[in-house]
Amino acid sequence: MHLRRVNKNCLILICLGTFLVACQNNIFREALTLSSESLKDRQLQTRIFDGMDEKTLLTASAAVLQDLGYTIDETEVKCGVIVCSRDRDVTVTAEVILSVTLEIFCLLMGHPTSVPYDKTQKVLASLVTTSADNLRTGVRITFQHVVWDSDGNIKKNEQINDPQIYQEFFSKLSKSVFLVAHEI
Amino acid sequence: MEKRVYTILSLLLALALVSCAGKQRNILETSEPQVKLRSMQSRVFDITDQNLLLRTIIATFQDLGFVIDDAEESLGTVSGTKRSGYSLRMTVSIRPRGTRQTIVRSSIQFNLQTIEEPEPYQYFFSTLSKALFLEAQPVK
Repeated sequence: MHLRRVNKNCLILICLGTFLVACQNNIFREALTLSSESLKDRQLQTRIFDGMDEKTLLTASAAVLQDLGYTIDETEVKCGVIVCSRDRDVTVTAEVILSVTLEIFCLLMGHPTSVPYDKTQKVLASLVTTSADNLRTGVRITFQHVVWDSDGNIKKNEQINDPQIYQEFFSKLSKSVFLVAHEI
Repeated sequence: MEKRVYTILSLLLALALVSCAGKQRNILETSEPQVKLRSMQSRVFDITDQNLLLRTIIATFQDLGFVIDDAEESLGTVSGTKRSGYSLRMTVSIRPRGTRQTIVRSSIQFNLQTIEEPEPYQYFFSTLSKALFLEAQPVK
């Protein structure tokens, strides 16, 4: 009877182990192979500029990133890469009030609990230019963000896929290209 | 009583020293032998244009949803991170092999864990191979 129980426990552990390995393998397959969304993301994140060389486009891109309050972390002109980031406080008063109210309620009920709210955000972006010839140059930008709550835990850690953000960025980049081209 | 306090303190000190030494050893620790790890992480491609190869690696990173953290042409390295509830960090380095080929080596860190299993590297090289229209050959 005892042996049977030990065998059963072993079987459960083996099944659990296999399940966890399979789950992690699925994460890698999803993360490192192209999906049907890849082409859609590429179209969302890319714009082609006619009559613009790569160096000028990189200069205009760096300028617009500075306009938007980003810090340039790395650049490699030979590969057409700009890496930048921006840290911001994302505290919303309503969320703080809700958090404090819930904490007081929990305390009164005899179960003191911390109710964290979103506090800081780091937006990371990489901009890459590609040029087939000197007449047409492509720009692709990818945004990701990490949000920490008031307890210092990571709340969000993901890619930003909001089309409006990309449209707004490229609209500002078009203006910047014009300004750089006219040496303004 | 005093003797007991000294014994407990000595034990705590010993534990602190062991934990410190353990953390330092962690800096250079791997579970796989160096040669096996290199072979798992490396592929050979029939390409000599280093700039084109680096740019294709960068484009592949972006297609996979990575943000580029760093790129350096003279050293031939590109690093990037994919955030999707998890953090998957990758560094890819390239170096010429003979006059017709280039070795591409990648290393993956998933959250706080270095990946030393072959499958994730196979997925990455398969995607890169499609982007380059070239076959990824094992390093011999």
